Amino acid sequence: MDFAIETKDLLRIFKPSRKLFKRKNPNGNGAPEGPVTALENVTTQIREGELFGLLGPNGAGKTTLIKILCTLLLPTAGHAYVAGYDVAKDPFPIREKINMVSGGETSGYGLLTTRENIWMFSQFYGVPSKVAKARIDELFKTFGLWDKRDAKVRTLSSGQRQKMNMVRGFVTDPEILFLDEPTLGLDVNASRVIRDYVMGWVRRQKGKTILLTTHYMMEADEMCDRIAIIDHGRILACDTPENLRRGIRKDTTFRLEVDTLKSTSMFTGMRGVKNFSAKNDIANNTTSLTFILEDESPVSDILSSIQSQGSKIHYLQKSEPTLEDVFISMVGRGLE
Amino acid sequence: MSTATATSRIPHRVKLNLQAIVGRAYPRVIGANREPSWIFFEAILPLLGIAAYVFIYKALATRALGVILTPTPSAPYGMCGPNPCVDAAQQALFQANSIANTNALIATVVLGGAMVAFWLNVLWSMASQLYWEKEIGNLQLYMMAPMSRMALLGGMAIGGMFMTSVRAITTLVVGILVFTVTLQLGNPLLLLGVFFVTLIALYGMGMMLASLYLLWGREAFNLSALLEEPIFFSSGFYFPVGGFARFGTVGGAMLAFATAIPATLGLDAMRQIIVPGSPSLPIPIPWSQGAYLTPDLEFGLLLVLAVMFLFLARYTLAYLEKLARREGRLTSRHQ
Repeated sequence: MDFAIETKDLLRIFKPSRKLFKRKNPNGNGAPEGPVTALENVTTQIREGELFGLLGPNGAGKTTLIKILCTLLLPTAGHAYVAGYDVAKDPFPIREKINMVSGGETSGYGLLTTRENIWMFSQFYGVPSKVAKARIDELFKTFGLWDKRDAKVRTLSSGQRQKMNMVRGFVTDPEILFLDEPTLGLDVNASRVIRDYVMGWVRRQKGKTILLTTHYMMEADEMCDRIAIIDHGRILACDTPENLRRGIRKDTTFRLEVDTLKSTSMFTGMRGVKNFSAKNDIANNTTSLTFILEDESPVSDILSSIQSQGSKIHYLQKSEPTLEDVFISMVGRGLE
Repeated sequence: MSTATATSRIPHRVKLNLQAIVGRAYPRVIGANREPSWIFFEAILPLLGIAAYVFIYKALATRALGVILTPTPSAPYGMCGPNPCVDAAQQALFQANSIANTNALIATVVLGGAMVAFWLNVLWSMASQLYWEKEIGNLQLYMMAPMSRMALLGGMAIGGMFMTSVRAITTLVVGILVFTVTLQLGNPLLLLGVFFVTLIALYGMGMMLASLYLLWGREAFNLSALLEEPIFFSSGFYFPVGGFARFGTVGGAMLAFATAIPATLGLDAMRQIIVPGSPSLPIPIPWSQGAYLTPDLEFGLLLVLAVMFLFLARYTLAYLEKLARREGRLTSRHQ
């Protein structure tokens, strides 16, 4: 089996910078900043031709992992191989085969036109100029940027800019593409265009691999062949979306919407509650709760606890587990 | 031999790096045409700075000529230096020398004013550039690309040289015309050689500083501002830097420091070439009493500086990349 990406016991620790005057810990307890373990024993294999998703909350280690795989960062310990090359020892052959696009990226130069900007980046990968220009035109049409081909980069909206970034990622025709939350902040239509193209790109061509991180569960569910759930630098689970859901199917998922709760601490450690997430909607003065339960027996305790706070229950629904439920079950909180 | 065959024979990495140089130079070359306001701000405004020095030198020259040409009972042919002129011929000789010296000073100022554009470009568009690239999010994309990092800096330098040459030549031509400077092109080949080697050494220095700024400076513009006026002064952008030799040990030390900056040697060599007969820069080392830096020698020293700065740039950039990968704090905007 050929793996496009392989990591073995990957560890990455960020040490505080050595300074004459040590910075205090941002949490204000006066202690100097300590080392942060961003990745811990990450072992994973991504097959060639796979669209692989990485799901995790902020600070889980997703971007650190992508940076190591993109040769921007060295692992503290362990090994990572991209296209068969060791990221620590052979960065140059890897760089010829990869590209990366991040959400909210502001790369390029404002005085260049969008076409010139992409062409410039293509030259850093040695794409022949004519080939690059033809690809740019084709991709601009696909991503709905054709009208903006001669517009200066500084005049683009954030959505148009992100589409341009996607064109930058595809123009070099990489073997492996890293997409770090590529649809972040985009409207529904723009996201749809990007998702469709990304899925088509992997399926249409042999040997193309994508590693995608996203905050959107639906996106991961729809797009990815396999998903790894990562939290606190550790991979908690890695499987197809269907298998991940199947894994918690024996559990019971309940969703509730209630008047805003003052506290949700009473659910922590409640008998029969495997995990839960709570999200407040300030505008509507409600709290949305999702419970992963071992069985239905804790429901009455949950309802009693809610009512004891004087909160009214708007709806209660027992549902089939979604990827979000899998995430809550493993991480103990939602993504947002 | 067809073009395709020729191209295929170019080693892959050489081709990649040449493309990268062209790619990175492009925004600077195109930028020169896309913002026409530069003509006013970067070619005409420097003339005001030049004008201030020109008027000072002209005022001093008028005073000196007045002393030479005004007869007094004790000096009927005026003063030739500290002594009275012995006859009209000596007076005429001193007058001619004074006019030539004034022309040489004004030529130095106009040349310095044009070269200022390069120093500013090296500071603000080379040395500070990697810092800005990090801030706008380009640096990590550059570091992730397969090109050589020197190709990236080389592209920035070539683009900057082109853009700034257009500006500097405009300032030079307008300066020569407005201030009626008389130049002599005794050795145009050496002039061109000195000019280009000065640029290579200057931009090599900028390439080296680019990595150092990123390593040391959180606020690159402060470092650039710090290196502006002191270098204008010590490199003699507006006066012949050889004057430092009159100030004993301190002047000698200043001169020694200044000669490590390619602009000093380049300016002095060009001044000597376009104003033949103007004094040479004394060699700023104690045991070289009486020896001077001729344009040929300065050209050689500039070559050495160019090679040294390019080597140091490569070394510091490799160190920067190593550090960036190890600590992960240099290539990302928020780290």
